[in-house]
Amino acid sequence: MLEQSILATSVWRGDAEGGEFQRFEVPRRDSQTVLDVVTHIQQELDPSLAYRFACRVGMCGSCAMMVNGVPRWTCRTHVSKVSGNVSGGGGELQIAPLRNLPVIRDLVVDMAPFFDKWTAAEGVFRPSETRAAPMAKVQPGSPARAAANAGIECINCAVCYAACDVVAGNTDYLGPAALNRAWTLVNDARDGGQAERIDAVSSEGGCHNCHSMGSCAQFCPNALNPTAAIAGLKRETVKAKLGWRR
Amino acid sequence: MIRPHRRHPLWFAYLLHRVSGLALALFLPIHFYVLALALTDPSGLDGFLRWTEHPLVKLVEFGLVFLLAVHFFGGLRLLALELLPWSPRQKSLAAGAVAGAFGVSTVFLLNAL
Ligand code: SF4
Ligand code: SF4
Ligand code: FES
Repeated sequence: MLEQSILATSVWRGDAEGGEFQRFEVPRRDSQTVLDVVTHIQQELDPSLAYRFACRVGMCGSCAMMVNGVPRWTCRTHVSKVSGNVSGGGGELQIAPLRNLPVIRDLVVDMAPFFDKWTAAEGVFRPSETRAAPMAKVQPGSPARAAANAGIECINCAVCYAACDVVAGNTDYLGPAALNRAWTLVNDARDGGQAERIDAVSSEGGCHNCHSMGSCAQFCPNALNPTAAIAGLKRETVKAKLGWRR
Repeated sequence: MIRPHRRHPLWFAYLLHRVSGLALALFLPIHFYVLALALTDPSGLDGFLRWTEHPLVKLVEFGLVFLLAVHFFGGLRLLALELLPWSPRQKSLAAGAVAGAFGVSTVFLLNAL
């Protein structure tokens, strides 16, 4: 029965100037992902549709889109989970480019501002030793290591960035992913750039803009919690201000 | 309508904190005005206080106490979130803030009636 039903799909078409939704009818299949739907449209219905993906297994972070108004990794989002149940049994899907990033074309956004903010948040490891130094010993069970561990599985998909209302209202805000990255490095005993990092994350677009509304953590496909990471950064910036940081 | 990416408990907690803060800020001038009546126009104040005996006004006061309490408890949650070690129970804490505020304002209403 699933085999015959049709998924009514609207896909946003356009570029930086503007655009609109275009309707497609896609055959509904078992275990179909949202990325499968987009691929079907591009391969069978309209080869001019622009979209981005690479790994199809939730590793590369390139396939994120707005699906029925919510940012998701499309390669691992099953249609059955998001399409609702409208007449005809096939369901309905609305697919749009990620929020909060400039559109290049159709479903492809420009990720440059997102990655620029990783750099601006001092999301770069600054070694405190040369490569000739002996291997640093980090206790796996130490609190700092546990805090870093909680944040390192980020795939740079920008789902959190698209979910964040502060990013939407303030283009300078570094955003959840960059700040989460900075937090993992704040907890890296081997890093030698902590003072610069604390400065960077307490700058004008820094962690104090966050309203802790938790949309980033709500939608992160890897179940990371940038809200908690940013709260950690806020604590560290307060400590730094009071001179309690070494 | 509330957009889909906002439909989760902590976003509603955020909204409630903002709206209650805004409502309280708008209420403050009225509050100060009435306080000032005690000095400038005592009989006017007496008239106003008689008017506040009306049950409908009591109900509005219940709302006001709720806003104050929910902003207070919600603010405590945010302070703890930002200054104490992270607690993963944020949704429960936010729900607790609303429940606590409801409790306080209900006690107020029952006392007032
Ligand atoms: S918790 Fe902070 S970073 Fe996350 S969505 Fe809310 S404002 Fe954005
Ligand atoms: S924190 Fe999560 S949602 Fe944000 S970029 Fe990393 S994996 Fe994606
Ligand atoms: S295609 Fe790589 S994460 Fe979806």
